[in-house]
Amino acid sequence: MSTIQIIFLFSTTLMYSTPLIFTALGGVMSEKSGVINIGLEGMMTFGAFAASWAAITYSNPWLGFIVGGVAGMLLALLHAIASIKFKANQVVSGMAINFLGLGLAIFFCRIFFEGASMTPPLDLETKIPQIFGQYATVYVAFFLTALIWFIFNKSSLGLRLISSGEHPKGAVAAGIKVNRYKYFGVLSSGFLAGLGGASLSIAIVSNFRPTLISGQGFIALAAMIFGKWNPIGTLFACLFFGFSQALVVFIGGFETQIISSQLLATLPYILTLIILVSFMKKTTAPSALGQ
Amino acid sequence: MSLKNVSLLLVSFFMCTVFSQTSFAAPLKIGMVTDVGGVNDQSFNQSAWEGLQRTKKELGIKVSYQESKQDADYPANLETLYDAKNDLIWGIGFKMADAIMIAAKQNPKQKYAIIDYSYGDKTPPNVVGVMFKAEEGAFLAGYIASKMSKSGTLGFIGGMSVPIIHSFQYGFMAGAKYANKKITILEQHAESFTDAAKGKAIANQMMGKGADVLFHAAGAVGDGVIEAVKEKDKMAVGVDRDQNYMAPKNVITSSMKRIDNAIFNVVSELNKGVFKGGKTIEYGLKDGAVDIAPTTTKMIPSVLLEDVAKLKKEIVAGKIKIPNNQKAYNSYLKTLK
Repeated sequence: MSTIQIIFLFSTTLMYSTPLIFTALGGVMSEKSGVINIGLEGMMTFGAFAASWAAITYSNPWLGFIVGGVAGMLLALLHAIASIKFKANQVVSGMAINFLGLGLAIFFCRIFFEGASMTPPLDLETKIPQIFGQYATVYVAFFLTALIWFIFNKSSLGLRLISSGEHPKGAVAAGIKVNRYKYFGVLSSGFLAGLGGASLSIAIVSNFRPTLISGQGFIALAAMIFGKWNPIGTLFACLFFGFSQALVVFIGGFETQIISSQLLATLPYILTLIILVSFMKKTTAPSALGQ
Repeated sequence: MSLKNVSLLLVSFFMCTVFSQTSFAAPLKIGMVTDVGGVNDQSFNQSAWEGLQRTKKELGIKVSYQESKQDADYPANLETLYDAKNDLIWGIGFKMADAIMIAAKQNPKQKYAIIDYSYGDKTPPNVVGVMFKAEEGAFLAGYIASKMSKSGTLGFIGGMSVPIIHSFQYGFMAGAKYANKKITILEQHAESFTDAAKGKAIANQMMGKGADVLFHAAGAVGDGVIEAVKEKDKMAVGVDRDQNYMAPKNVITSSMKRIDNAIFNVVSELNKGVFKGGKTIEYGLKDGAVDIAPTTTKMIPSVLLEDVAKLKKEIVAGKIKIPNNQKAYNSYLKTLK
C-alpha cells in the first residue's frame, strides 16, 4: 500500500467521522443525565442549516459554527422541557424533534433564500480553515472529546450529572438539583449535535440541503451505544465507522471489482453488527435512562 | 321545507349550472407532485415547476403543485390533485412510478404523466411516460471533459447502478472516447443520492489517481464531488441543471435535462387535444429537452465550442449512435477508429 493510499484512508476516516463524533458526544451528554435523545438527527439538520445561513450572511465560518450549535440547543430546549418538566415520553418527543428540525430548516431556508430549499454555496475563503489538510472542525471534535472525558471523570459537575442519570432519587437525597443537571445534559447535547450538522454544511460541503443529514444522527446514536456511553469509547466507535466508510470507497475504487458496490456499501453496517454481537457482552446504559 | 332551505337549494342549483357551463370552455387545470426534493430543489423538481409556470404564462393553464416530504407522501398527494379535478397530473421522478401506476388503475379516466420513467408495454392508457435521452447531453459533456483534461484521466461518479444513471455514464464515456480514444475513465458508484461526504471521498480518491475532470450523476452526493474539485482546483461537470453556480471557477459544463421544455411540450399538445396515453415519449437534443449548460460558453475555448456545435448537429441528424448502457457502449467502442 502506497503512502498516498494510507493518507487517503486516514484523512477520509477523519472527514467522515467528525460530524458523528460531535453528535455522538451530544448523545452521551444527554443520556448520561438520564434523558434519551433520539432527536439528534433533527438537531443536526437544524444546526446544519443555521450554520450555513449565518456563515453566508455574516461571511464568518466560526460564527456560523457557533450559530449551528445554538440552533441545535434551541431544539434541545424543547426536548428538555417536554421530557424533564412535563415528563413526556422521551422517545416520542425525540421523534417529534426529528420532524421539527427538518421542517424548521426548510421553513427558514425558504424565508431567507427566496423560496429555495438549498442555501447558496460558500466560497473557499468563507469556509472553516484547513490545518494539515483537514478542516479545523476535526481538531475541535477531538478537543471536545477530551473535555467531556475530563468533565465526567475529573469534575464534580460530571459526577453530579452521572448521578442524575443513574440514581436520581439518591442524588436528590444528597442535595443535588437533579433537574438542573438534566437540563444541562440535554442542552449541551443539542449544542453538540448542532455543531455536528455545522461541520457537514460549512466544512465537508459548503451548502445546506434538506437531504444533507440523512441518518447521521442515528448512526451517532448507535456509536454512542457501541462506545458504551463513554466519550473515548464513542470517539473510537465513530472513527471505526468512518474508517469502514473510507474502506468502502477505497475498495470500490479498485480497477477490478471484487464485490458489487451495492454489497460493499453495506460493509460499515455489517462490521458494526459483528462487533456489537461479538464484543459487547453487556450494555452499560445509565440505569435511570428514560425515567 | 322552510323558505330559507328552498332558496339555498335554488342558489346551489343555479351555481351548479353556472359552473358546468363555464367549465366547458375553462382553461386546462394541471397539477404536479414533486418528489422528496421539493419544488425549489435547484434541480429537476424546480425545472418541472418552471415548465408548468411557462404553460401558465403562455397557454393560460391553471397550475398547482403538491410537495412530498417523504416517499410515503406520493399516494396522498396524487389523491389531493385528483380530488381537485385536474385535467392532467404529473409525477416528477422515477420514485413515483408505483404510486402513479396504482392511482392510474384506480382512476382510469384521470390523465397522468410521469417524468423519468417508462412502464414499457405495461403503460396504462391514461398514463404517458416521459424519458430523456440523457446520453445525448452527457455525450457532449464527455467530449468537452476529454478535450479539457490535461492529465488524460477523467472520473465518473454515479449514484446507483440503475438505467437512468447508466444513460449519463455511458453517454459521457462515449463522448470522452469520441474526443480521445486513449483517455482513461475511472468509474465508481456511491450507492447513495444523499451522502455528500462519500461523494467527496470518492472524488478525492479519483483526483489522487490523476483524474482532473469529474462528472457526477448522483444528486446530493455531487455536492461533495464539486466541493472536492473546488478545494483541489480541478474541473467538474454538473448534472440535471446548470451547476456552475456551485463552483464558478471549476464547473466547466453541465449535462442538463430540460424537464421544463419536456413538460411544456406535453402540456401544449394536450392543450390542442392530443394526449399520447399508453406510451413513453423520449425527448432528446432535437426537442431541446437535453443540452449542455449555457455557462459552458464562459468556461471553454471558442474553438471547442464550435466543435461541440458541429457535434450537436450530427447527433440531431442521427449520425452518431450514442450508447445508454454497457452493452451498447462496448459495441460502440469497436466502431471508434
